[in-house]
Amino acid sequence: MVALRSRAALYAALRTRFAERGVMEVETPLLASSPVTDPHIDAIATANPLSGDHPFYLQTSPEYAMKRLLAAGSGAIFQICKAFRGSEHGARHNPEFTMLEWYEPGVALESLMDEVAAVIRLAVGDKAVEHMTYRSAFLTAVGLDPHTASLDALRDCASQHMDINFESDERDTWLQLIMSAVVEPSFDGEAITFVVDFPESQAALANIAIDAQGQSVARRFEAFCGGLELANGYDELRDAGELLRRIRRDHQQRKASGQTLPPIDRNLLSAMQAGLPDCCGVAVGLDRLLMLATSSSRIDEVVAFPLDRV
Amino acid sequence: MASYSTNEFRSGLKVMLDGEPCSILDNEFVKPGKGQAFNRVKLRNLNTGRVWERTFKSGESLEGADVMDHEMEYLYSDGEFFHFMDPTNFEQVQADEKAVGDAAQWLKEQDVCTVTLYNGAPLSVTPPNFVELEIVETDPGLKGDTAQGGTKPAHLSTGAVVKVPLFISQGEVIRVDTRSGEYVSRVKS
Repeated sequence: MVALRSRAALYAALRTRFAERGVMEVETPLLASSPVTDPHIDAIATANPLSGDHPFYLQTSPEYAMKRLLAAGSGAIFQICKAFRGSEHGARHNPEFTMLEWYEPGVALESLMDEVAAVIRLAVGDKAVEHMTYRSAFLTAVGLDPHTASLDALRDCASQHMDINFESDERDTWLQLIMSAVVEPSFDGEAITFVVDFPESQAALANIAIDAQGQSVARRFEAFCGGLELANGYDELRDAGELLRRIRRDHQQRKASGQTLPPIDRNLLSAMQAGLPDCCGVAVGLDRLLMLATSSSRIDEVVAFPLDRV
Repeated sequence: MASYSTNEFRSGLKVMLDGEPCSILDNEFVKPGKGQAFNRVKLRNLNTGRVWERTFKSGESLEGADVMDHEMEYLYSDGEFFHFMDPTNFEQVQADEKAVGDAAQWLKEQDVCTVTLYNGAPLSVTPPNFVELEIVETDPGLKGDTAQGGTKPAHLSTGAVVKVPLFISQGEVIRVDTRSGEYVSRVKS
């Protein structure tokens, strides 16, 4: 009950804040005809509501639908909605979870980070904010430059910290393992930590830019607090041609690992061709924010009914 | 034997890792919002008792181990082996000292224990949570001293030594929690 009351209070505070800032609340469908192509995200397929041949999917994020609204001229928008991801279950993951997603045209990634910090503070009170780049976070925690370290150096680094039961020649697999298992746990749990400028290979739908060291990086950030990843923000990719190239790369990766090939979202593609405004967007995991607000160690403690009781 | 994927790993599941039967203790799912998911798994090697920590890519699988728990009655020890019988089909197995381990000090004939079999052979023995055993040796009881909370060592019929309240006397039967090795209560005869 404490968790339910915290949730209600947080939603009210968020809606007040966004209303004051002129960010419009929107609602988009939970059912999607085309899921994300990201090979690491597993969309849950459902029956076709009209008994057609192809399945529908529960959305893994409202990103595509909200970008269509942005392209249609909605201006700044936010949404509090459910998102679904298959096979994600653990102390910090529930296959059904609540996301706060919002987009603001014409703002810089840095200002969006400030606003994310303000939103996190709505739930957990005043906390210090720390900023680092993906590179500086790795250099501090493990002494490696993630953009230039060799595959062998990354593999050795991971093996020093844990016994590993798999082999991989994907740099990103090692980077993500080191990030989750070594770098993130080294952050100050009492502060809100922002990590920005990810490797280009992990750009997802973020723009690429050249950083001060001449390195090509993805203009993305993640926010962490209390050992939890809370938010994922992008300087949004607007180039439809580049979107297609990234989808093709996702498809190749999915094919190589024997995964299904999801259809391309043509509506998103035409919206991007018509023109997405210059904007930044972010997704915040509200269940995790509530875990922090209520000092819960398991996501099951902050949802009304966990998966084994629905 | 079936194989199990990382998202089926539950505490207590028995799997083979590096050719050794293991029991899963803990399975932590780790996944960045964008990127590869991992499972950081704690397993107990059932042969050595050692705890291993391994990191898997989510979706990988391990072969199940032919490890089953059976409720069996303890018969007797011949000095080398401890003999157990399945009361439903009267099948007997013999467990060596290594498999019985610390459980030996609690084994009383006819008590029902959990015997873990790996490929049909005993791997470990878990005594009942509570056993009732006779005290064969302890200092004389102090009458009336029931509130003080002092304790003294008592030797039990099976060889175990537990701390008992001062008012307990030699020859009495007491109830002991085998998980903690602590005295629970007197048993009225």
